[in-house]
Amino acid sequence: MNDEVVIKPTHGLSALRLREIWEFRELFYFLVWRDIKVRYKQTFLGAAWAIARPLMGMVVLTIVFNKLVGFSVAGVPYLLFTFCGVVAWNFFSEGVSGASQSLLANANLISKVYFPRIIIPAAAILSGLLDFVIAFSLALVLMIYFHFVPTWTIAILPVFVVLTIVTSLGIGFWFSSISVQYRDIGHALPYIIQVLLWITPVGYAANKIPSEYQLLYWMNPIVCVIEGFRWSMLHTGTMPLTLVALSVCVAGVLFVTGLMNFLRMERRFADVI
Amino acid sequence: MSAIISVEHLGKQYRIGALRRGNSFRDAFDEKIRSLLSRKKPSESKDEVLWALKDVSFQLEAGEVLGIIGRNGAGKSTLLKILSRITGPTEGLIRIGGRVAALLEVGTGFSGELTGRENIFLNGSILGMKRAEILSKFDEIVAFAEMERFIDTPVKRYSSGMYMRLAFAIAAHLDPEILIVDEVLAVGDAQFQKKSLGRIEELGKGGRTVLFVTHNTGMVRQLCSKALLLHEGKLRLIGESNAVTSEYERMGTPLVESRWENNNPRDKQESAWIGSVSTTSGDGVPSRIFRTSEEVVIAFSLTVKEPNNLLKVGFDLTKNGVVVMRTQQVDYPNGLALTKAGEVIVRCRIPRHFLNNGEYFIIPLLSIHCAQSLMHQYEPVLSFEVAIDPQYSSFYSVLTPHNHPGMVFPSLTWEQV
Repeated sequence: MNDEVVIKPTHGLSALRLREIWEFRELFYFLVWRDIKVRYKQTFLGAAWAIARPLMGMVVLTIVFNKLVGFSVAGVPYLLFTFCGVVAWNFFSEGVSGASQSLLANANLISKVYFPRIIIPAAAILSGLLDFVIAFSLALVLMIYFHFVPTWTIAILPVFVVLTIVTSLGIGFWFSSISVQYRDIGHALPYIIQVLLWITPVGYAANKIPSEYQLLYWMNPIVCVIEGFRWSMLHTGTMPLTLVALSVCVAGVLFVTGLMNFLRMERRFADVI
Repeated sequence: MSAIISVEHLGKQYRIGALRRGNSFRDAFDEKIRSLLSRKKPSESKDEVLWALKDVSFQLEAGEVLGIIGRNGAGKSTLLKILSRITGPTEGLIRIGGRVAALLEVGTGFSGELTGRENIFLNGSILGMKRAEILSKFDEIVAFAEMERFIDTPVKRYSSGMYMRLAFAIAAHLDPEILIVDEVLAVGDAQFQKKSLGRIEELGKGGRTVLFVTHNTGMVRQLCSKALLLHEGKLRLIGESNAVTSEYERMGTPLVESRWENNNPRDKQESAWIGSVSTTSGDGVPSRIFRTSEEVVIAFSLTVKEPNNLLKVGFDLTKNGVVVMRTQQVDYPNGLALTKAGEVIVRCRIPRHFLNNGEYFIIPLLSIHCAQSLMHQYEPVLSFEVAIDPQYSSFYSVLTPHNHPGMVFPSLTWEQV
């Protein structure tokens, strides 16, 4: 019996069984596929929502920051400027809220079937990739419309996409595992996301923040993501490398601690959910 | 032959306090504050733990079909959940030497928005099938579920019967080395149940190891080579299925009580009242499940304030809403007068080979003859079940409520003249 399974009590951190996660890759794929399939079922606009939402975000933020506050960015139409931010922001915020609620939404799977639980929040985040790709294509269309030619920096964009995923996973691991025990997360989440939106340069540029607060400001990894998106797509200014490194570190810490906490709580999910 | 599943000293502890506590930060916070104020050490709350399973050890060889029986709360589901790795044990060790599929529910993860076809793939992969495997079995699954016409309809438009058929069809096409099944078979119509049972039998005969939990001892006798009886988290008996199911039936089932306490305050103002009614076996062991070959004893505990020669206690026995008989302690020829004051216990023995298969209800009666009823309600307070004893005669093993009707099944004399 070479593939004998041994079940015994585990204490502290359960191991991250990568081989096992690999064995369940098809389940992961099907969960992503299900989330995508079900997302716009029984809606009038259907997948057009993937376009409508970032467009609405773009219009609102442009009106507020460009028309009312009077911010502008040299050489870039403000609509395009906010749109790039909104594309990244939506990918992040929808990933985080989807992942945070994912364990509760799949409670019946957790109490009835065995598989590495980490698949669930991860699938919730990755299922947002399709919406992101659609919105991103629209950004390219807008760039053509505004006669905006991207430079080589667009090749760096995938790095920032990965950073978004890592940050979303980190926060998603934290929130989803806590929400199994404490339903408070579900109530607080919309407000947390709303507050995050305003302390993230989605509708404005990061350099509007006074320089003495920049260090604190960049501790939010999504600041780096949004600035990175604009830098690589619209070539706005230069990226402050030390601050980028800070953001990446914070994202890394979020991810590692979130993962560890998730693995610590995982074995009690079925008992308390 | 070596064991395919070996379980050693398995235990699972739940903290009841943690369950009673609510699920919010505030509750956890309250708890913290309270424990700080009362200076309780965490170890002092140890009385709030519950061992759902304790010191369970057994081994199972490849190809065995094991029925797991026990009362509600005996730990059956916990055992299944640990074996299928949904939750971890608190202590002990399990070794499993094969690919396990667990069916704790059929249709887990079904999404109403998706079509039957899509759900087959989703549910199949949730149950651990590979995509290629699902593809190759797809037509078989659809045919098994008799679902060809609706396979591209969203599942939310299915009737519950169709839903269950599809869900079970997927489950039935699992082909693991070890299958763990919870009482999912109890669903669906008779024909469908037959199909499912057939499938389990097939798996067993095909050398697969099957563990399944049920309340239905008949099913265990029919399907299982071996049975395991859990009682209050401990393993009470494991062995040949007939012996274990008999032990279980002897324990009685607690799904419903075998004792009724009278809480009607108006009854207690009368000159006599019935405090409780209970059913026991011939030798006085509380029980509510009997064989036709066993005596049923119905005991009344009375409080008599004013003795009266005309006091009558008894009951109506009903089945399917029809009174099978009325009997009272004054009945000819063994009339018993209750002339003593104070606590009295009276028993009525229903003889062996008198009742038929089925559930009987007891409506207690208490009155003063021709004057007054002392009970303020007339309703069934207790029930018990009778099953035909298959060991009594080879003919009886095939008798069921359907092919053996009747309010009673008395042992009568037949003679050839």
